[in-house]
Amino acid sequence: MSSIDLKIFNELREATGAEFISELVHAFLEDAPVQIAQMRSALTASDVEAFRRAAHTLKSNAATFGAAELSALARELEMLGRENNLAVGNRIEVLNEAFERVKNRLNELE
Amino acid sequence: MIASAHPAHLLVVDDNKVNRMMLSRNLGLQGHIVETAENGEEGLEKIRSGTFDLVLLDIDMPVMNGYEVLEACLKDVELRQIPIIMTSAMDELDAVVKCVELGAEDYLTKPVNPILLRARVNASLEKKRLRDEQRKLFRTFATKEVAEELLRTGFSLGGKQVTASVLFADIRSFTTIAESQDPTETIDLLNEYFSLMFDAITDNGGTVNQMVGDGLLAMFGAPIYFKDHGEKAVRAALQMLERLKEFNQRQIARGKTPLHIGIGIASGNMIVGYTGTQNRAIYTCIGDTVNLASRIEEYTKEALRPLLIDNYTREGLPDDIRVEDLGRIVFKGKHQAVNVFAVVAG
Repeated sequence: MSSIDLKIFNELREATGAEFISELVHAFLEDAPVQIAQMRSALTASDVEAFRRAAHTLKSNAATFGAAELSALARELEMLGRENNLAVGNRIEVLNEAFERVKNRLNELE
Repeated sequence: MIASAHPAHLLVVDDNKVNRMMLSRNLGLQGHIVETAENGEEGLEKIRSGTFDLVLLDIDMPVMNGYEVLEACLKDVELRQIPIIMTSAMDELDAVVKCVELGAEDYLTKPVNPILLRARVNASLEKKRLRDEQRKLFRTFATKEVAEELLRTGFSLGGKQVTASVLFADIRSFTTIAESQDPTETIDLLNEYFSLMFDAITDNGGTVNQMVGDGLLAMFGAPIYFKDHGEKAVRAALQMLERLKEFNQRQIARGKTPLHIGIGIASGNMIVGYTGTQNRAIYTCIGDTVNLASRIEEYTKEALRPLLIDNYTREGLPDDIRVEDLGRIVFKGKHQAVNVFAVVAG
């Protein structure tokens, strides 16, 4: 599975312009690690709502760039949060690795 | 992308920076002027202080969520006019349905498709434009209350039974006045007179329903019901007489004839609604109570009192409005005698 769906990414670039995409990628790459960190600290604090919200934002943003795998992983975590279930196992590590792949790919594409 | 034909002032409310950027960029490319807010509370503040044509509102937000913002807007008579498009993730459709049922104009799922965004925004703006035009037109030809009722419930001929008060007012010997001056002067005179009377009536919650020649009919407690409709009608009438007194001083100073009016008020059951045809109709009231108010108004000529009311209206008056019992009168076309009162002072 490719980390970024090129069809979605190219459509996005075409509709909004290369310069804007560069800004948008920048905002995403800056925010996503914050959300992952928020999820980690929310787990420690057992703050289900903060956990769910961070996962929700990451899910949404990954989908914007066509990062389907990352979005699906974030969605799984969001759903666990919604069900008040914070037994997430190693899912955050898996998510983080997926994000690293997305980050590398976006840097290439930009 | 082609810029929109009607650039609008839009507000994007979303806690997610990437979403705010995306929506702002797309809407900007479509020719709109876009502002943003980062949470529901900030969004509501901006909606209240700004002049937005449309709001794109995220549902899942901290501090105050989109649902709460929507509810607050719909409760406000002014803010209710601004269309709100909910934006949400694909898997939040339950929440979206709730919002649309509550009164949101439309919804969009994120990531937003620019073509769909454009279509939904333009359709909502167009609908708002039509509604605004309709409202403006209604307000020219109908009263504000009737216009709002029409916009809320739609138009249909037919009526409903209500309890309310009706006020009739007429200028004494207006024909003589009209004959003694040129027509444009008469129209000017009438316009000035009506505008004074309108203010007195609307200031007291009444609705001027009809103007026929020099006469007018006003309703209190319909289409919007309020309990003290009789008292409000009498207070409006007292103010009408007061304003007429000032008007007459100006008339005399200008070397013109002063106007004298008679006012009759009756309260009780009546039918209110639209009468006419599908193409041309007016909001009006009919029934015995309306008839009685008209008869009482005519009786002011005979009684030589400017303001007369029926017993039902009198019963609802507080102590500070003094009345004088003029006894029971049998009016033309009525079988039973009716107790009539002159309002002495308020």
